[in-house]
Amino acid sequence: MSGQPTLAAWLILGALLFSIGVVGIFLNRKNVIILLMAIEILLLAVNINFVAFSRYLGNLEGQIFVFFILTVAAAEAAIGLAILVVYFRKRHSINVDDIDELRG
Amino acid sequence: MSVTSLLFYVFSAVLLLSALLVITARNPVYASLYLVLAFFNAAALFLLLGAEFLGLILILVYVGAVMVLFLFVVMMLDINLARLQEGFLHYLPLGLAVAILGVLELAAVFWTAPLGHIPAPGAVPADADNTRALGELLYTHYLYPFEIAAVILLIAIIAAIALTLRRRPQSKTQDIGRQLAVKVSERLRLVDLRRPRP
Repeated sequence: MSGQPTLAAWLILGALLFSIGVVGIFLNRKNVIILLMAIEILLLAVNINFVAFSRYLGNLEGQIFVFFILTVAAAEAAIGLAILVVYFRKRHSINVDDIDELRG
Repeated sequence: MSVTSLLFYVFSAVLLLSALLVITARNPVYASLYLVLAFFNAAALFLLLGAEFLGLILILVYVGAVMVLFLFVVMMLDINLARLQEGFLHYLPLGLAVAILGVLELAAVFWTAPLGHIPAPGAVPADADNTRALGELLYTHYLYPFEIAAVILLIAIIAAIALTLRRRPQSKTQDIGRQLAVKVSERLRLVDLRRPRP
């Protein structure tokens, strides 16, 4: 035991954080900014699982994968916010319900 | 309970609490500030797991760059908060049901999966160098994915700039190409002053 939390404890932390992110997506269905933040929480939960497995299995490749996830998440946040800014400039609203121009 | 376990529970509790506050905050500014707190605690948890490099990267990239970007956008947009809050509780039962189902399913997996045979790792040796080990792996075996990640970031930069760039017609800017291509006849007109007026 050596005084460390077990692997299951880390995985449960990841599961709880992931479900908080899912609830966030359901709760803030209209606010795109908080939706993006909920996606960041989901990715963080996945990253915690990766790092925990990497430590407990003694394999560094989990951390390499977290590195790539962070890269893609940063790119996604930047482009998502840029699209949001352009949309707000055009429509003066970020309500998801207003984004229905492609609906037939 | 050892110090490591105690720190794990403290940081996890603060992390979960701040994540809850992110998704329930009425004001997006508060939400992004709580997300900063969540990322700080996640970085501390990464340090507990011996992943110093990723912990520091999390603080530098997320707290330093991404969250500042979020705050910047939140403050730049003049959002009608009242309309965005409509139906906030309407989706709560469905969301809670999905979340509880997900947690129960994952807990069932942890219960039945043979996780018990994975022993807790020993203490990290004092001369362990996480950054060096990651770098050795990243620049040899994962060199190609690493380059692709760099290209993805470059594309993201170009896309974000191209999306948000806007040219105002009334703004006074120099067009170097037109300045260099100018001809004498466009700028200079010779008037003969000696000619007597009619």
